[in-house]
Amino acid sequence: MDILIILEDNNGNIHRMGLESIVAAQQLGSELGLSTGALVMGANADALAEEASQYNVDEVIKVNDPLLASYSADGYSEAVKQIIEQENPTYVLFGHTYQVRDYAPRVSAKLMKPFLVDNVALSTEGGKVVFTKQMFNAKLFSDVIPSGEGPYLVSFQSAAFSADNAASGSASVREGSVNLDASMIKTESEEPFQEEAGGVDLTSADLIVSVGRGIGKEENIPLAQELAKALGAELASSRPVVDAGWLPSAHQVGSSGQSVSPKMYLALGISGAIQHVVGMKGSKNIVAINKDPEAPIFEIADYGVVGDVLEIVPKLTEALQ
Amino acid sequence: MKIAVLVKQVPGSESPLPIQSDQSWVDEGGIAYVMNESDNYALEEALQIKEQNGEGEVVVVSLGPDRIQKVIREGLAKGADRAIHIKTDTAGSVDPLVTASQFADALKDENFDLIFSGLQSDDVGMGQTGVIMGELMGMATASLAMATEVGDGKIKVKRELEAGWFQWVSLSLPASITIQSGLNTPRYPSLKGIMGAKKKEITVIEPSGGDAKQSLDKVYVPQSEKQTVMIEGSVDQQVEKLVDTMRNDIKVL
Ligand SMILES: Cc1cc2nc3c(=O)[nH]c(=O)nc-3n(C[C@H](O)[C@H](O)[C@H](O)COP(=O)(O)OP(=O)(O)OC[C@H]3O[C@@H](n4cnc5c(N)ncnc54)[C@H](O)[C@@H]3O)c2cc1C
Ligand SMILES: Nc1ncnc2c1ncn2[C@@H]1O[C@H](COP(=O)(O)O)[C@@H](O)[C@H]1O
Repeated sequence: MDILIILEDNNGNIHRMGLESIVAAQQLGSELGLSTGALVMGANADALAEEASQYNVDEVIKVNDPLLASYSADGYSEAVKQIIEQENPTYVLFGHTYQVRDYAPRVSAKLMKPFLVDNVALSTEGGKVVFTKQMFNAKLFSDVIPSGEGPYLVSFQSAAFSADNAASGSASVREGSVNLDASMIKTESEEPFQEEAGGVDLTSADLIVSVGRGIGKEENIPLAQELAKALGAELASSRPVVDAGWLPSAHQVGSSGQSVSPKMYLALGISGAIQHVVGMKGSKNIVAINKDPEAPIFEIADYGVVGDVLEIVPKLTEALQ
Repeated sequence: MKIAVLVKQVPGSESPLPIQSDQSWVDEGGIAYVMNESDNYALEEALQIKEQNGEGEVVVVSLGPDRIQKVIREGLAKGADRAIHIKTDTAGSVDPLVTASQFADALKDENFDLIFSGLQSDDVGMGQTGVIMGELMGMATASLAMATEVGDGKIKVKRELEAGWFQWVSLSLPASITIQSGLNTPRYPSLKGIMGAKKKEITVIEPSGGDAKQSLDKVYVPQSEKQTVMIEGSVDQQVEKLVDTMRNDIKVL
């Protein structure tokens, strides 16, 4: 097959970003006239194969191997490498999940084939295949092209394609096999766990005031707290604010924090990096205050204020009181 | 315990990013450079492991042109013992297969127990270099470390998963670990450290070759997808209009 999609298990279902990469494959396949196939593996391979077969791909390969029952970077990278060698696709598509971040670079190294990561778009104009990714924390975009012979490994950022657009079909399922040995697995994994939420539930909040690194220092956090109080809003933050210890981690919004969709999300000194944006772009109204008119947050904001949060926030609090 | 830390010099988060007229890359002359954020945490973690063990060596490794000696010196001033500078003419290749191979070639005879790197560089954001290098050097790998525990020829790593989940993974040494921000509090260099750094050794070496298998076609400023209403005027006017917007348009007051 020409395009191989690697699907990830999310508690017995295909990970949403896997469905998004099916859409990417369908687009690439139809524009270039290429055949598509999907790979599922792990403890839930049977259920995933059944689900995958309901999409418009040419075939589904299912790998049941006891050494893949639980995830390890050693096992998964070796298995994917072997399937790629057997199938010899030109493109291997992934969702840019945390698991893919963990093992797909090793597939790239084993094959010495490029891994074009975290793309937001693809284009096939004039027969030239170009992938677009964000750089410099979303401030610039760049078009990236693979060179040399394929296979090319390519991953897509969350929501680069909409899973709703995945065309359905009925694909045949076949068993694939890989040759793994327990001695290849050099890591031992414990069960995943969640840390205590710490009594902050941002997911049901109607109004959120969120602080970013632009607040400057820990001593300025009360400015945002007072604004939140005046609005009757919950206080949230970007990751650097939590990393610096200015707020507890339960306040963090983003890919490694909470996902929120309030009526109003007021972003104070937040640049708008994708890992933050995935956690808040579902908000009904995004209001951003940032001193940099080119901050990427303004690309998704409904209302924007270019200015200094240290100046504006106290005045805004006062006006609201 | 012998630990290498890959430290990259990248534009600071508030640096201007002028684009070259041929759109091939940013114009480096107009940029304010800093140490990559997650690399700063990686270095701190390495220094703490060495201090807890009471012995060992921390080596800062960086690839790029002469300007990167600034972050190398910063690493030495914070307490790294020595440094390796893989010297390139330009910023180096954007292909992580090339960069990681160059690191692997430069470090293969050093026998490091651990190699730490940042999970992602804040410029090109490939998120792969440390993992590829680990594979090329036959090491165990783990990404997105939020805590480490070293002992008995092993390293235990608390990995960050999606949406607030974590998982402990145990790896045999040698291992290459990519570090996520926030797992410690990076130190600032002391005056004594800064003075001491001047006497520390920086080995400058040539990079090995390698053909890039991915390259940048062009770099550009993204187009906005949404119509953003910009609230303009003096600060007082902005505040007044903002309250008005919250009351009449967003209807939350
Ligand atoms: C795997 C991974 C997971 C991640 N998970 C998350 C996550 O869950 N959540 C998250 O938020 N991030 C996450 N990040 C980090 C993310 O990539 C960004 O680094 C982070 O979101 C940036 O936070 P920031 O906008 O507060 O800081 P910066 O990017 O430093 O931006 C600060 C902004 O403040 C502005 N500013 C400065 N001073 C002022 C002032 N006085 N007035 C007004 N504006 C000012 C600046 O112009 C700038 O735009 C993750 C990264 C990775 C790689
Ligand atoms: N030129 C470089 N010099 C030093 N370290 C680097 C370089 N390129 C990548 N790294 C390391 O690899 C990590 C991941 O980079 P990347 O794969 O480009 O996102 C960075 O955080 C650094 O620790």
